[in-house]
Amino acid sequence: MDNEQLNSPGYDIPDELKNVVSITTLDRIYNWGRRSSVWPLMFGLACCAIEMIAAQASRYDMARFGMEVMRPTPRQADMMLVSGTVTKKMVPLIVRLYNQMPEPKYVVAMGACASGGGPFKEGYNVVAGIDKFLPVDVYIPGCPPTPQALIAGMIKLQEKIDKESLSKVRWYDKKKEDSVYIPVPVLGPDLMDPRRFAEIKAIAAAKEG
Amino acid sequence: MATPTTTATLDLAARFPGAVSADARPGYKGWIVEKDKLIEVATAIRDEFGYDHLTAVTGVDYLPEGKMEVVYHAFKTTGGPVLTFKVQVPRVDPVEVPSVTSIWPGAEFQEREAWDLLGVKFTNHPDLRRILLWEGFEGHPLRKDWKEAFYEEDAKPFKSRWPEGKHVMAEEKNPFKDNINFPKDFDPEQWVPEGEAALYGALARYQVQEGSLKTDHIVINMGPQHPSTHGVFRAAVTVDGETVVSLKPVMGYLHRNHDKIGERNTFLQNMPFTDRLDYFNSMSNNFGYAVAVEKLMNIQVAERAEYIRVIMAELSRIQNHLVFIGMLGNDLGMMYTPALYAFEERELILDIFEAVSGSRMMCNYYRFGGVVRDLPEGVLEKIKGLVFERLPVKADELDRMLTENEVFVARMKGVKVIDAENAIRYSITGPVLRAAGVPYDIRRADPYSIYDRFDFDIPTRPNGDLMDNYLLRLDEIRQSLRILQQAVKQIPEGPVMTGKPQYQVRVPAGESYGRVESPKGELAFYVVSNGKPNPFRYHVRPPSFVNITALEKMCVGTKIADFIAILGVIDIVLGELDR
Repeated sequence: MDNEQLNSPGYDIPDELKNVVSITTLDRIYNWGRRSSVWPLMFGLACCAIEMIAAQASRYDMARFGMEVMRPTPRQADMMLVSGTVTKKMVPLIVRLYNQMPEPKYVVAMGACASGGGPFKEGYNVVAGIDKFLPVDVYIPGCPPTPQALIAGMIKLQEKIDKESLSKVRWYDKKKEDSVYIPVPVLGPDLMDPRRFAEIKAIAAAKEG
Repeated sequence: MATPTTTATLDLAARFPGAVSADARPGYKGWIVEKDKLIEVATAIRDEFGYDHLTAVTGVDYLPEGKMEVVYHAFKTTGGPVLTFKVQVPRVDPVEVPSVTSIWPGAEFQEREAWDLLGVKFTNHPDLRRILLWEGFEGHPLRKDWKEAFYEEDAKPFKSRWPEGKHVMAEEKNPFKDNINFPKDFDPEQWVPEGEAALYGALARYQVQEGSLKTDHIVINMGPQHPSTHGVFRAAVTVDGETVVSLKPVMGYLHRNHDKIGERNTFLQNMPFTDRLDYFNSMSNNFGYAVAVEKLMNIQVAERAEYIRVIMAELSRIQNHLVFIGMLGNDLGMMYTPALYAFEERELILDIFEAVSGSRMMCNYYRFGGVVRDLPEGVLEKIKGLVFERLPVKADELDRMLTENEVFVARMKGVKVIDAENAIRYSITGPVLRAAGVPYDIRRADPYSIYDRFDFDIPTRPNGDLMDNYLLRLDEIRQSLRILQQAVKQIPEGPVMTGKPQYQVRVPAGESYGRVESPKGELAFYVVSNGKPNPFRYHVRPPSFVNITALEKMCVGTKIADFIAILGVIDIVLGELDR
């Protein structure tokens, strides 16, 4: 949202107040602040993380979009960039990191693996996409996505933030508690999602042999 | 060092009648050792025959023959080809083989991997736990009778996709509607996770109190999400004050099942998967796999393609070492500045990769018998500009900026990484071995491709401290530039591929161990073919994984801050560490 839009709320402003006060809506000023300083979690999983570093380096310079402050601790991060293959051994930790992030929080699935398993989908230790566990805001295709694609994805996220409304966002919605806290998966004989325990038990009981 | 002055000629069968026999299967070479005599024979291989460096340990599950085979590869640090020896045991649980860690401690993690993935129990192993998967995982995935949740067929191309093309999502075929599988009547709520008692148990064994002052030991878990572990590596460290008392690496957080997927793929389909092993150096990975399969197919590589391969592999080495230097700066707290310098040059090299292959990182450029396409117009001029003008200047610039930086030198000098003797014992390869003073480089010791035609040095450094490891990378950048300067001058015209390009290559039955000097050390592929379109066994011997075996040895007794720096100079990359 550019400055002109931000400063034209649709009301008539008396001439004497023009250029003295700005009137806007809470949603707009909130979204403007949010989208201009998205702090990603410093967290690389695989190949895509290298392109993420390249996007931060001099040629692509993601800092131009207000996203250069990578935070290694989830407590200070707004956005989780899932940059690489999500494995069964890693997914409990990713979910824990997500749970530790303060709201508002966004998840971007970077690359084919994070979006749907990618070339490794058939692997026995691979989770076919982080969206099986976390609510994903933006998917970036590619293997790995180029830095340009990553920046395009980040701009898409900014566009999404622009359209948010405080009254509707999921983290203030009391009925949707699940989307803020995700139960942490457990490593058993295979990966177990606590939300599906009953289902797993029923299917295992019905299994042949 | 264990290298003797005179080396006996290698005839193990004559030396150990009855205990060793030559491997007579067609396409196979090496020796088959009786299980009970393994320790005795292995000791002789090291002490009498001079094979002081055990480079790879892996297993093959010969289900049709009802045998489990453990394959060892060793070489002499004075040069020469690898020696292959094997132990065969009946495939009846428990599959037990004596551990060779008492002879070559570097076998520790590779034996743990064979236990984890193949279920080979190594007796007398100091710490036999699962390494890539977690305790409690059901089964040993690389066994031929183990099937993953998304199992469709034994070999690609799957009939559902080709030629009929009636593919349904894998999720819909699995009863659990996801990539999971559980035994019958399994109840998740009754499951008690094994947790990490085994890991902490292994740590605790080393906690010996010294002196009269009783101090508390604290266990610190670094990673898998940690800014200095280069990805999802984790180390459980016990510290006494600031001093590291014991350390256990924990890995597998990026275990993407290359070996299992590789057995389903056709030979050519594995090429793009090798890109994603060491994702900084996809060209080097392609090189290793191409060398391994070409050995098995016994084909010549087109002359021009050999030069293109060397050019790409050396450019890859330069950008890897540039990133190494930049990232080492980050690890030491010089945030970002050296990394930004490094990435500026790296982008120029990636431009060349993108021009020849279409992708910046995942090049998938090599083919069996050549490369996939010729250099596009203008690329050779670009490379010449880089290797004659820009990169030598930039290497000097980086040298000036860091090597003469007093703070940097004070931090790096004298912090020991490893000495030559231990580096060999722990199977370390690559720059870390050379920085400890051992002039071992596969390009010279066991030349592959056309490296014997170029004039270049194998740099070494005497001290094996952090500073030497950093300086050695700079030396190697300069030597790579020397090779490149010769290669771009000598490159001939001609075809870039022998024979017609084909999707389905014919690979005769047999085994092959193809190794190249990747920027991180010895990258090798052990491929077993049974004449079918898919490899029977596809194993990657990654340098990062084997080098990390000595991490505890390197770190115990140093300060915890040095652990970060030492991990930095080993230059691990998780894609190939966990595979």
